[in-house]
Order: sequence, then C-alpha cells, then structure tokens
Amino acid sequence: MTAVGSRHGLIGPVAQADPAGTGGPDAPVVPRLLAGLRAPGGAPDLEHHHRVHGRLPQPDRRSHSAWSSRLLAEVEGAGLNGRGGAGFPTSRKVAALRKSWRKPAVVINAMDSEPAAGKDWLLTTGTPHLVLDGAATLARLVDAASVTVCVSEARPDAARALRIAVGQRAQAAVDPVAVEIRQPPDRYVAGEESSLVHWLDAGVARPLFRRNGPSDLALANRPVLVHNAETASHLALIARHGARWFRDAPTELGLDVPPSWGAAGTMLASVGGAVETPGIFEVPVGLRLDRLLAYVGAPSLTPGVLLGGYGGTWLPPEALCTPMAPEPLRRLADTFGISAALGAGVVLVLPPGSCPLAETARITRWMAAENAGQCGPCVFGLPALAEDLESLAFGNLRGEGFAHLRHHLEVVSGRGACRHPDGVVRMVRTSLTAFARHVQDHVAKGSCPGVAMPGVAPLPSRPLPGRPAGDRTRARPVGQVPVALSGSSRFR
Amino acid sequence: MRRRLRIDPIACDGFGYCAELVPELVRLDEWGFPVVRDLPIPEGVEGMATEAVAQCPRRAIYLQVEEAGDRRDVPSRPR
Amino acid sequence: MLGVTTPLLWYTTRASGIVALVLLSGSVVLGLITSARAGTHRWPRFAVSDLHRKVSLLAVVFVCIHVLTAVVDTFVPIGLLAALVPLTSHYKTLWVALGTVAFDLLLAVAITSMLRTRIRAGTWRAVHWASYLSWPIAVAHGVEMGTDMRFVWVDGLVAVCCIAVMMTFGWRVVARPLRVGAGVAASSEHAVRMAREGRVTAAIVPIDRRPPTSAEVR
Repeated sequence: MTAVGSRHGLIGPVAQADPAGTGGPDAPVVPRLLAGLRAPGGAPDLEHHHRVHGRLPQPDRRSHSAWSSRLLAEVEGAGLNGRGGAGFPTSRKVAALRKSWRKPAVVINAMDSEPAAGKDWLLTTGTPHLVLDGAATLARLVDAASVTVCVSEARPDAARALRIAVGQRAQAAVDPVAVEIRQPPDRYVAGEESSLVHWLDAGVARPLFRRNGPSDLALANRPVLVHNAETASHLALIARHGARWFRDAPTELGLDVPPSWGAAGTMLASVGGAVETPGIFEVPVGLRLDRLLAYVGAPSLTPGVLLGGYGGTWLPPEALCTPMAPEPLRRLADTFGISAALGAGVVLVLPPGSCPLAETARITRWMAAENAGQCGPCVFGLPALAEDLESLAFGNLRGEGFAHLRHHLEVVSGRGACRHPDGVVRMVRTSLTAFARHVQDHVAKGSCPGVAMPGVAPLPSRPLPGRPAGDRTRARPVGQVPVALSGSSRFR
Repeated sequence: MRRRLRIDPIACDGFGYCAELVPELVRLDEWGFPVVRDLPIPEGVEGMATEAVAQCPRRAIYLQVEEAGDRRDVPSRPR
Repeated sequence: MLGVTTPLLWYTTRASGIVALVLLSGSVVLGLITSARAGTHRWPRFAVSDLHRKVSLLAVVFVCIHVLTAVVDTFVPIGLLAALVPLTSHYKTLWVALGTVAFDLLLAVAITSMLRTRIRAGTWRAVHWASYLSWPIAVAHGVEMGTDMRFVWVDGLVAVCCIAVMMTFGWRVVARPLRVGAGVAASSEHAVRMAREGRVTAAIVPIDRRPPTSAEVR
C-alpha cells in the first residue's frame, strides 16, 4: 500500500489495485474508483486514465437521445445513490432535470466539508479525470449549458490537479461543455447543496430557504443539478461497464448482498479515529462494518463508532456487526433504536476508555460554531445544545439539565433553512441512545475518567468570525470554537 | 384546500407578532423565534392568520397550500 | 396655477402644519418603541407596530394637505416646484427648503413602505433610516416658518413633541442597545445574554417558558 498525504492525520495508506496483492488477500477492498490511483504529487495523465479505465463512451449526434435514455436506464438499474450524504437515487435526480426546457447547469460538489472525510479530495487529486468523466456524462445526460466543479479553497492542490486535467481534456476535446473550477470558502455549511449554488450565483456561501422544495434552486436562471464527486465518478464507470458490473462489486469478495438491502456498487469509506491504519478505503456496499474495522486495526473494546459524518449516527459496539448498506442500517432502529445511514462514508472509531459523550459534546460545540448565522433556532439552539452536552459529559448537569437537553433536541430540529441543525440533533440523539448506560453513569456520578482523553474527531479551528476570504456575505459573526486540530495517530 | 402557516427561518428575526396574533398555532421558543404547529388552519383563525402574514416586518411567515402533494405559496397582499 | 387666496386656505395650511408636526412626532416615538420591540399586555408588539404605521400614514396625509394648500394659495408665493425641489422658493428660501426636504423624505418613506414586498429589505431599511432625519428638519421648518409660534399653546405643543421624541430616543439608545443583525451570537454566553436582552417584553409580559411538548412542535 502506498501512503497518501495526510489531512488532519486522517488519510493514511490507501489500497490500490495491485496484482501483486499488497492489499493482502483478506483486504475487503474492491478498487474500482481507486484503480490506478496516482499518489497526489503525480500529475494527472489522460493517457494513463484511458489505459486503466478505458475511454468514456460518447454518443454521436443522431443517437444522442436514445443513448441518454439507455444510460439513464442503466443508472437506475445500477441503483446508484448519492454519495454526498443524503443518499437520494441518482437516476431520479437526473431524470427530473431532463424535462426542463432551459438547459440546466451541472455542479459537482467536491468540497469535502466533513472534516472527517477525505474522499472528494482523494478523487480530485488522485483521479481527477474520473470525476471529470462523471461531470461530462451528467452534462450529456441533461444537455447542460455549463459544468462547474467546486473544491474547497483550502485545497489548492485539488484545484490545481483539476485545472491540469481540464487542460488535457480540452486538448483532447473529450468534454461536451467547458468545465469551470471554482473554490468556495472552507466552511461546513459551504458544502451544502443550496449554499454551493448560492455562492456560485451570488457569492454568498450560505444555504437558501426553498419554499417549494429543491426545484427552487437556480444558477444564472437555469435549473441546477448538483452531484457529489464520488457519485459522478461512479456514474463515469457505469457509463463504461453497465449496471450489472456495478452491482456485482460484492461478488469480487465473495460477498452475498441481497437486493432487499438497497445496496449497490462500492463506496469510499473514510475510516479514522483509534485505528492502526486510518485512510480511505473503497469497499463494497453491504460489507459488514466489523470486517472493515478488523482490517484497519480498530480496537475490539471501542466504546462506539460514528457513522456518516458529524450529522450522522453513533453505533454502540453491539451494532458494529451490521452490514454497511441502507436497509440493514435503517433496520437498526428495531434492535437498537437507532436508524443509521451511510451518509458521507465517515467511520470514526473511539479509543477504548474514552468517553463518547465528551466526544459528542466536542463535535456539537464545533458544529454550533459552524452555523451559517441565518436562522434563530440554529444560531441559538446549537450552542444551547452544546452547553447541555458539556454539562452532561463534564459533570455539572443538575436535575433539570436533562429535561433541558431533551427539550432543546425537540425545539432545534427541523426549524432551520438547511439540515445542519437536524444532523446535529440526530447525532446527539443517537449518542444518548447508543450510550444510554454511560449516560446514566454520568447523571449519577457526574463524569467519568474517559473525559480526560483527547478527542479523535478532527475539529479544525477556523478563522475568526467575519468574512472568510472570497465570501461576500455580510459580516455576521459566527462563533469561533477554540478547539485545537485533533487528528488521529496510531492507537492500540 | 387546506392552508398551513410556514416560516422562512432566514427572514425571521424573532419579532414575535405572529405568536401574538395566532397563539393557537404559533408559540415562541425561549429565544423568541416562532414554533409553528403543522396543522391546517382552523376555521375561526383564518382571519388572524392572514393578518399575521401581513404584519410580519420581515415577511417571514407565509401561507402554503398543499394540493395533492404539490406545494404552492399563497401570495401575500401588497401593503 | 389657480390664483386663489382665501383666509380658509391660509388657516388650513397653518393648522394642518401643526397637526402634521404632532403626528410626525407621534410616529417617531412609536417607531422607536416598535424597533425596541417593546410591548405590554394591552399593547402587544404587533399593535404598537400597527399603530406606528397608521399614525405615519395620517401624518403623511396632513403633510400633503399642508403642502397642497400652501401651493394653491397665492397669499404666499410657493409654487409646486418649490414644494418638491429644495431651495427653489423665492420666499424664505432656506426655511421652505427645509420643509421641502422633510416632505421629500416622508414621500420616499411612504412609497417604499407601500412597495415593501417588491423592493429589497436593505433598500427599505436605508430609506427608513432617512426618516429619522425628516423629523428635526420638519421641526426646524415649523419653528422658523410657523406664523403661530407667537402663541404660547403652540409653543408648548411643539416643546412637548420635542421632549417626547428626545426622551424616547434617549431610552431607545441607552436602555435597549441598537442591535444590528439581531439573532447572531459570537458565543453561547453572548447568545444567552442577547436572548435575555432581546426579550424586553419578558419584563412586562411574562413569556410562557413551558417547553412545548413534542406533539406541539412540528
């Protein structure tokens, strides 16, 4: 395995498709997106990309419409779901925009606004041509007028790689529409779908309130199709190899994944925390979580795992044997009272002896500072929630404090313009459910020795409140969280 | 045709006129922002609901009609 | 223009001017209370805001009567141009100009308020801030031009209006710090403090702090 550059210490070795089998015979990885991945240092190479993946099929003018319909059917048959966090069926999103009379705009979200994820960065630096193939395919499917790829402004290497790749493609004339690379500010909410469009359209990296649903989004008066970079990359491979090939990914590991699981293809899991080899791994959807954890060297006595992202769900140790697929994760609600989801593919493992409530409190405090400053319930509610959790974790929760916590959970969720507060509430709720006994200990005894351990969730401290560079928002202060960068290192 | 009250949380600045005018459907949370009950507006309250929509200084509260799953805003009267 | 002059027109100009000044002062006082988000049991905040709107509308009506009668009346040589464009009157140029400026500002406020739904919030707010200017200008105009300032009761009325506006303004600035971008906090302690400050009505009307049950929250 080659070591890939580190961001918050999260990204470590990444499995490659190496016939010599350096990934090991029991590596639960199926390198498809990451096949032929070049270390980020290496410049993009269109020839190499064509050698590894083959050429992207292009329709000729006359058969364009038939080609689009066939490809869309393949995508639907493949069961590709969005990999940005929401998991919405890709074919439906694309189909909705094919009917619009104005040529849509295509936006690729490679922002990686989850600090614990790194897959968008990996794809854009390691295999930018695949992401751009996906963008080109989407553009052809919906007859787009423009294509924009957004990478965070804190990732100049990704932007550079993409620009070089775009230059190579322009020379080879493989794209239907010229691709623009843009760099929105590096904030959590800037990666949200409507924030992205808002920033591209008006320079303001804050979510929009859509009275009539997602159809309200417009970019330069055109309807806009936003897809995650990983989703676009999968699309590029489905266009080459078809739905059956996509769905057959688990069979390469000898896994049997029933269709009722709603699982298809592979996913990029960003595994970090208390594991021996943190990194980004391409695993088949439907792989058991504990098998992945064993492979990366996660401790057997971990108190719990955060799945999805900072707006995701906590899993107690008893739930770790679940397959990483939509249906089985949802059905955890029956056994554990936690309806989980893959989200952005983040898997954060807590070290043995640490306090999961302390980690939850730290993440909540960070997320509270990352609000957009637009909606009262989020601006006021998230800091209140963070305070409640801090009292619970660090020991000065008085009698009614718990009632306050429950009340805040009710009152904060669902009342913002975007899903930011909803995600935090879900993360907190699942924490209280997954670690119920630990919560009781805290309420009874005040705290636990585990709170002294440093956190493993990467919580980058951001610039002071005010305007991030390149963001023409009004100077609405968003609280600063003085939490030091916490990355993972080797744990045992 | 059932109408419901909805809040635009970005426009809302916590003035609280809506909670004063339509306490049956709107109450304020501890920070002064409205919590709206997701119910069709009852008969006797329609008038006050329309008044609340007109009186909001930020035009943050509005009426929405749900017809067969298709949401549509009721345009507020110009003032 | 009509060459009319009757004592009726002249008295109407003077009387409507005084009434307009009183109403304008009332409007400023109510506007300050509205922006302070203050209210009581009997006068909830929406009512204060509504009263402010209605008093302002009435003030504009009386100002219009004042301007119209002054223009039509040939007793004083103030034409339509002088009523709309400052410093174009030959009669008491400066003081008429003050009145004209105040009138223009009021018209701008009135028009933007009527078109509030169709213009940007920032535009409306900027024009409304200009209305703060129109009051002292109108007072200066009235005090200098007012033929009735020789009457003690008129003097007294104007003095009361000035004191009312200045006291309310002082209260508004001191007791309730002006909040820009209300609802944004720099830290959770600040948020809690702002939440408490923002609830002026909490001192006058206890806000129901019973947490809503999950059945009530959407």
